[in-house]
This record gives sequence, structure tokens and C-alpha cells, in this order.
Amino acid sequence: MAGYITEFSKYFIALFASFYTYECFAVFRYETERERSGIYIRQYVFMFLVHLSCFLPIYIKTGKLEYIFFFIFQQIALYTTTVLYHLIYPQANRLIINNMCFLTGIGFLILTRLAYKRAVRQFVIAVCSFVIAFLIPMLITRVRKWRDLTWIYGAVGILSLGGVLIMGAVTHGAKLSFTVLGLSFQPSEFVKIVFVCMLAAILCRPVTLWSLTISAAAAGVHVVILALSRDLGSALIYFVAYVVMVYVATGKKRYLLAGLLGGGGAAYLSYRIFSHVQVRVQAWLDPWSVIDKEGYQITQSLFAIGSGGLFGLGLCQGSPGSIPFVTTDFIFSAIAEELGILFSLCLILIYISCFVMIMQIAMSMRDEFYRLTAVGLGITYIFQIFLTIGGGIKFIPLTGVTLPFISYGGSSVLSTIVMFAVLQGIYLTGGRHHAAKKAVAKTEKKEKKS
Amino acid sequence: MLPKKQSRKPKKKKRNREITQVTVSFVALFLAMMGYFTVYAMTHEEELMNNNYNTRQQLLSARNVRGTIYAAGGEALAETREEADGTETRVYPYDNLFSHAVGYADKGKSGLEAQANYYLIQSSIPTLNKIRGGNSGDKNPGDDVYTTLDVEIQEAAERALGVYHGAIIALDPRTGEILAMVSKPDFDPNRIAAEWEDILADEENGTLLNRTTQGLYPPGSTFKIVTALEYIRENPGTYADYRYTCGGSIKEGDDVINCYHGSKHGQVSLQTSFAKSCNTSFANMGMGFDRMKFADTLDSLLFNQELPLSCVYNRSKLEIQENDSNGEMMQNAIGQGRTQITPIHLAMITASVANGGILMKPYMIRRVESADGTVVREFSPETYGELMTAQEADILAEYMKAVVESGTGTKLSGLPYTAAGKTGSAEFNTQKGESHAWFTGFAPAEDPQIVVTVIIEGAGSGGDYAVPMARRVFDACLKEAE
Repeated sequence: MAGYITEFSKYFIALFASFYTYECFAVFRYETERERSGIYIRQYVFMFLVHLSCFLPIYIKTGKLEYIFFFIFQQIALYTTTVLYHLIYPQANRLIINNMCFLTGIGFLILTRLAYKRAVRQFVIAVCSFVIAFLIPMLITRVRKWRDLTWIYGAVGILSLGGVLIMGAVTHGAKLSFTVLGLSFQPSEFVKIVFVCMLAAILCRPVTLWSLTISAAAAGVHVVILALSRDLGSALIYFVAYVVMVYVATGKKRYLLAGLLGGGGAAYLSYRIFSHVQVRVQAWLDPWSVIDKEGYQITQSLFAIGSGGLFGLGLCQGSPGSIPFVTTDFIFSAIAEELGILFSLCLILIYISCFVMIMQIAMSMRDEFYRLTAVGLGITYIFQIFLTIGGGIKFIPLTGVTLPFISYGGSSVLSTIVMFAVLQGIYLTGGRHHAAKKAVAKTEKKEKKS
Repeated sequence: MLPKKQSRKPKKKKRNREITQVTVSFVALFLAMMGYFTVYAMTHEEELMNNNYNTRQQLLSARNVRGTIYAAGGEALAETREEADGTETRVYPYDNLFSHAVGYADKGKSGLEAQANYYLIQSSIPTLNKIRGGNSGDKNPGDDVYTTLDVEIQEAAERALGVYHGAIIALDPRTGEILAMVSKPDFDPNRIAAEWEDILADEENGTLLNRTTQGLYPPGSTFKIVTALEYIRENPGTYADYRYTCGGSIKEGDDVINCYHGSKHGQVSLQTSFAKSCNTSFANMGMGFDRMKFADTLDSLLFNQELPLSCVYNRSKLEIQENDSNGEMMQNAIGQGRTQITPIHLAMITASVANGGILMKPYMIRRVESADGTVVREFSPETYGELMTAQEADILAEYMKAVVESGTGTKLSGLPYTAAGKTGSAEFNTQKGESHAWFTGFAPAEDPQIVVTVIIEGAGSGGDYAVPMARRVFDACLKEAE
């Protein structure tokens, strides 16, 4: 029996995941959340089936009782989150919540397979993050001053990134995190959100040359600090978010063009100046010639990707352990190896559906501050996914960023869940606005009648 | 109210135009990435699995018993035997005979063991059987590889080469199937682990080098196939009228080219120059060549280029520059000087002459079968392309027949079949006058079934040494056919 489950579970995973993915896009056929509720119920079912068919082969391989309890706790946490969120915020966007839970659950399972202890840590942090995520929409909808905190956002961002840079300089390494009370934080993950808020706060007012200069200077300082900390991936994410936000705020193609040209120039300059950038480009162009050194990570990742085939080798049947940083930067390669190409494509599509939904939320915003914040967050989210997956499959050079919700890393999980909660809050301001208007219209009608 | 509402709606649409553009661009970027990912993962599986840095090989080896390599006649060339206690030994029943063709699978991998490794370590038996095997703790049988190698022809080639260092390769020009591949010195793959240190220590012999595909030699007079082709290409209407009076040597500046063993051939046509292998006549042609056209001909014959082979090989070399001197061109024309070629490349050129100008891709793996006999993959003959026109191939084939009938290859005449070919004695040590003996040719001339290329290191004249060896290989093949 065990043998059959191990061998066939991968087909069920791909099957249920494609049903789930289909529903992610079926959502866009309907305008209101009410019409979509049937879809969300079906998603609950497919989500559980995918998670269960991932868990069974892992359990069979290890045979440890604690894995069963761990899995039950995971499912309780995920379903409590989706159901409670819906109860507390009936207007909240459920596609975003469902996808957040689906992906976090996949993260738990893959990490359980790769490194059990890390999975448990990830679980604890994710549960805390979910609790925080409950509070954020309330803060956003009740407090109206968010758009006036421009300087605070800027100061928080620059100080925490700068602090890491200085500490890194002291310890002579590419240090990207603070350690406080035994917990290490990677500020670039959180500052992302603050950074987007800062830009939105500057750009939401009528854009003048002066405000553009201020925003460019502020964004430039962030990006330069990140580049000096050798956190090239984050530097790129911040930069792209900035360029897109300016474009959306002004609607002027010449800013987009100038931004892209400037970015290209800066990238070329850093390629000429920094040897660590050259090494990465070299390892991207021809990793096989430097397979012992600079090309080792990427070639090991490619071996994993090439071995899975459509349905993968099955969980616990491959050897993703041979990839360096498999739980963080290369987790997508581990998924491609053991769960196969079809599941990996579903995963990418689920990420895309979230992105499209975020952009749709942005479009529905009348308030420019919220509109820009939603766009900025959506871009940092999707561009990070592009960097990590594209880097791992040698589509683009490696930058070493995490895969949102799935990669191991407290800062990464917490910041992405917070980011989604912020987006949810923004969505709810629109929802409240909408509801309020409806209510007004109703009373008006009543008044007319009377 | 109404007009205001109308004006607002288009404005709102316009306002979000940028967001739509950004969204569409990112989705397009992701679709491109998904396409790249799928294509890469689907098409590079074999190549990635065969990389020595890929630890998944060991994973599969632990799960599956390495498959068997079979000859064309069904004889096992390499098989894994399992003892009762679970230890596995790779056994090569023919000992040294297939050492380079089949290779070894201990201390790294070579030959077919490397080339077919991906298939040998996979198991394509039905999933249900695997689960049953897995439940009882047995390993799954790996897939078996059926090759084009012919034991009889291989044996004939191996015996012919005897104690000499060198290489013999035989292939079917109609399909590209490699029938025999012998390289000497050889080794016993059964004892590779035990003898590994000694083999590595012995730098002089290059025992592990597969000379058929990796050995680079001066082609000597066998290169006159190329020179003759170039002459025909440059003088399409008049090549048959070519006349030259050979006085035994030709001088240009400080460079002197002599005919082999001081012979004087008198007045020769292109065909007699070829049949008698007249150096001075070919040197004379070489001086007159348009350098760039010659370079094009070399390109078309795959010099300095990748060969359509899936095994490890070296590229043949001869770069022609626009300002190459007449002296250099004389050397080039007779296959001396800078020219270097691998035996398999010469065999491929010969095969395209024999096959009306069309080169079939040489291959050794015919079919992969799972242990229960299901065909996993089948490789059919593949056309590489036209190296020369059918007309050019016919002329060269005619000349190569003349070599056997009345030229340097007469040791192949008077047989039940007609052979065609070209001999060569490639000097590699001008002081001592030592030379490698070459022969490349095909038989039967009217309906070519086999191409044989022979090189014997340091043996002397091709006509005396290499031709009789080729004959034994032809005999083995054509006798078998009858």
C-alpha cells in the first residue's frame, strides 16, 4: 500500500493543483466576491487534497508520529485563518487569502521534507504572522494618517538598511540581518513595504519636478545602500518598484524610459566595477565552465530541474539536498525535481493570479495613495518571484532572493504575509467606500420614497 | 449630471492604462519564463543526468541494477552480475575486445558506458512491478542498450591491428551505424580498477585514449580525396583534362615536395595522380588553389568544426588563410604540415563519397529496451546532410576504385568483391622518415555496404600495411553478408 501511495501521490498532486489553479483564474469571470464564493469553497477542498497528497508520501518515508500532528496543526492554522478572515472581514478578498494559505502550506510541506526543524520554525513564525495579519486591515481602515508619514517611512527605511550596512562593514561580510533576542531580522524584507508607502506618499500628491527629485533621491539612497550591502536582488526589486510607481503616478513614458536606461547604465557600471557582479554574470552565461566554483549552485539547481519530468520524482524520491541554499534561494528547483513541471507551472500561475488580483485592486482604488501603494507592493511581490525562479532556472542571473510564502526564512514569511494584509486593508478601504456609498444611495432612495 | 458622468468614465479608464500595461508586461514576462522553464527541463534531462557533478546518478544506481549493453547480434558486451549477498560486478565477457567502444564504468565512465549511462541507470519497467519490487526490497532492472557493434567485424579488426598501436573504424555508409571501433593500445575493462594506477602512470601509450575519435593524425595522402575534390570544384569543366609531368619532385622557393620512395610518375592525369598518389602533382594543384574556396571546401567537409557525434571526440584541424604561401599550400595539398584529422572524421568523409555525397550521422546506440522487452527509445538512421554533390561523390568513388585496380591499393584487387579507397603514408618524423600507414575505403564499390578506415602508428606505407588490414575487415563483413 505504502509503495502505491508513494508512486501515485505525485499524479494526484498535479491533478488537484491544476484544479485549484483553474479556480484561481475562474475568479476573474465574476465581478463581486459574492458570486465567487462557490469557487472559494472548491478551492478549500482542492487545497486540502493537494496538501494531503503531499503529506502522505513524506509520512510514509519517515514514519514518525510527530509528522502527523504537525500536519494537523498546519491544516488547523491554515483553515482557521481563511475562515476567520472571512468572518472578521466579510468584504476581504478571498482569492488572496486562499492563495496565501495554499502557498504557505506548500512551504510547510516542502520544508518538512527538506529540513523538519526549519519547517517547525517556519510554522511558528507563520502563525504569528497570521495573527498580525488580522490586525493590519483594521489599522489601515481606521487610521487615516498613513499618507502623511512620508518622512517617517524614509527615516525608518534608510536607518535600518544603513544600520545593516555599517554592521556588515564591521564584520567584513555581506551581512543582511540584525539579531535581536536570538531572532534574526532581515530589514530589507520589511523596508520593502515601508519604501513603497514612502514613494506612494510622495507621489500621491500632484507630481511636480520637486517631488520627483525628492522621490528619486530617496529611492536612490535605498538602492545604493542595498547595492553596497551586496544585496543585489533587493536593490533590483526596490529599483523596479520605483520606476513602475513613477510611471503609474505620472503616466509619462519618458520617465519609464529614463528609469530603464538609468537602471541599465547602473547595472553595466556595477558589472564593470564589482567583481562579485561579474562572477554572477559569468556563472549565468556559462555555468558549466566554472562548475566547480561559481557555477556550482546554478548547475546543481539545473540538475534538479532536469530530473523531475512532468510529474516529478515524487516527494522524498529525489536528491534536492545536493543544491546549496535549497530551503531559501533554490526551493523552486526542489519543487520542480520532486513535484514535477506541471505542479511548478501551477505554482507560478497561482502567483500570477495573486498579482493580477492585486493590480485589479489597485485599479479599483480612487484614492491615489492606496492606488500607488497597491501597485508598488504588487510589483515588489511579482518581481521577487521573477528573480528567484528565473535565477534558479538560469533564465536570468542569480540574485539570491527568496520565494514568497514558500522559502524558509522568518523575515521573508512575515513580510510577505504583512504585505498581503496591507493589500487586504487597502482593498477594504475601497470596499468600505463602496458599501458606504451603497448605504447612502439606499437612504437617499428611502428619503425620496417618503 | 449626465454629461459629467460620461466624461468621468473614460477618464478613469485612462487613469489606469499604465497599470494595465505594467500588468500585461509582467504576465508576458512570466509566460516567457514558464515557456523557457518547460522547454529546458523537458529537453535537457539526458544531458543533465549524464553530468558527473550530478549526484542523482548514484541515486538511480542505488535503486536500479545497471542495464546490459548488447552487440548487434545479441551478444552481451557489458552486464552487471549480482551475487547472493547483493554485491554487484560489472562484467565484460569480451575482455579487451571492446575496451574503447564499450568503455568502463568504474573510475569514471567512458565509451558507451558513459554515452548510454542515462539509459542504463533508468528502469522503465511498469510502475506496478517497481512497487512490488520496492516492497520486497529488490532493485529494479535497468534498461538495456542494443548497439550497432558487430562482434565478428570487431574481432577481425582487432586481430588485424594485432600488436600495433593505431585504430580501425568500420561503419555502414547507408545508415551511419558504427560496426567496429578498435583502438590500440587497449585495456581489460574487467580489471580497470586494479590496473587504474598503472594505466594513468603510463603517459607514453595513452591507453585510455580512444584513437578512433580522439586521435589526431596528419592525414598524409588520404587527404588527396579532399584535394582532388577541391580541384574538381575549381575546374568543373576541365578537371578531366588535367595533365602534369611528374619528375619525382617539385620545388617552390625553399620548399621541396618529393614523391614517395623517390618514384617518378611521368605524365599523369587527375585520376592517375590520385591512383598513384603522386605528391608532386597534388602539390602542383595545391599551389593554384583559390585559398578562400579551399577553406570553404574544408568547411563543407567539417574541418575545424563540430562533428555530428554524441561521443567524445576531437575536432580535425586545418585553417587556411588568404595569404598562405605556395609552400604551405603544397604541404596542405598532400595532407602534411598543419593538417590533423581523426580516423572517424576520415571515415565520415569516405562514407559520404560511398553514399552519393550524403553523410549519415554515425551512431552506436540502436535501441533501448526495458527489462520486460518494451522498447523505450529507438534510434533510426539520421541524415546529416550533403558534404558533396552526387556527381562529385561519383567521380571520387571512380578514382578510389582506380587506386585499388591500378594504384597503391592493389592488395585489395582480385577479390570476390570490388573495393575502393585511398592509401596514405603520413610522415610524422621527417628526420627518421617514419610514417603512419593509412587506408580509408569502402566495398563493394558498386553498392557500398561498409566503410573501413585504418591507421597504424609508425608502420610505414599505407599500401603495404594498412590495406591488408582493411581487407580482413572487408572480408569479415562481406562474407557475413553472403
